[in-house]
Amino acid sequence: MTELGSAPVPAPSPEDHIAGPVDAPLVIEYADFECPYCAAQHLRLSRLRLRRVFRHFPVRSSHPRAWAAACAAEAAALQDRFWEMHELLFSDQGRLEDPHLWERARELGLDLERFETDRRSDAVRDRVRRDFQSGVRAGVVTTPSLFHDGRLYAGQLDAAALLAVSAGGSA
Amino acid sequence: MISPGEQAPEFTLRREDGNAFTPEDLQGKTTVLVFYPFAFSPVCTDQFNLYEEVLDDLKARGATLYGVSCDATWSQKAFREKLGVTIEQLSDFEPKGEACRAFGVYHPGGFPQRALVIIGPDGVVKWGYEAEVPTELPGANLIFDGLAAAGGG
Repeated sequence: MTELGSAPVPAPSPEDHIAGPVDAPLVIEYADFECPYCAAQHLRLSRLRLRRVFRHFPVRSSHPRAWAAACAAEAAALQDRFWEMHELLFSDQGRLEDPHLWERARELGLDLERFETDRRSDAVRDRVRRDFQSGVRAGVVTTPSLFHDGRLYAGQLDAAALLAVSAGGSA
Repeated sequence: MISPGEQAPEFTLRREDGNAFTPEDLQGKTTVLVFYPFAFSPVCTDQFNLYEEVLDDLKARGATLYGVSCDATWSQKAFREKLGVTIEQLSDFEPKGEACRAFGVYHPGGFPQRALVIIGPDGVVKWGYEAEVPTELPGANLIFDGLAAAGGG
């Protein structure tokens, strides 16, 4: 049985998707590719010098294609194209149906057959679910949510929080 | 609000099908009551979307979760359908707030405080949580903490 009781947010591990300079301020993001606030926050964060850890937090009742998009990103990760797919998903949230996902996979030069098998596999679903569950345990209740310097920022960061995060300190 | 160890009070809530939901319906299973202020208010929306995502895990622990508010059944049903969630809603519409008062979660503003109550198969309250302000959204992790404290796993 899965344990979903309270637990601290897991530290970054080799299992995670991590981007940015090692010495930059660290942020751990919980986000959903169908969430417009997540796309907006992604744009803002991409202008800052940060080390970003991305974790999935798809909620299907509000975003019916969130799981499909998360699994597509994981399938791309299996062909070493996670961040490219991450960018393509956030840049066009109105198009997340299957043919749109295939189009992105083609654009990235992925092995389409493998992409298709992977994104529907239990392993990929479990991978997304693990992220979601670690978020639940750490008290994530909405997207986007971001952990920085031991603090949880729920929802979009305001100007003061953005400043604090990019400076590597607490607000 | 009601304390762990107390027997669940007498109350009657209205189910979506019009039938009554009373302490008899608590017998033999673990029940999680999610009291929330208003259908369609933004925080409640996120709250049920989130809880819906962990329903399978709650079922695996033998727990059944219900939403409780003072909204009319029709409003609750429309709310649930708009969210696309399956969590059954119980209405405390008439006499308004009577069940919420019995559980000690009625806000003077005329709505339930945002609160979680876990009741064991014996009808005894095992755990409770009340949000400090109605805009606070209790994480799903708290429900699982409560179930662990209740001895449900």
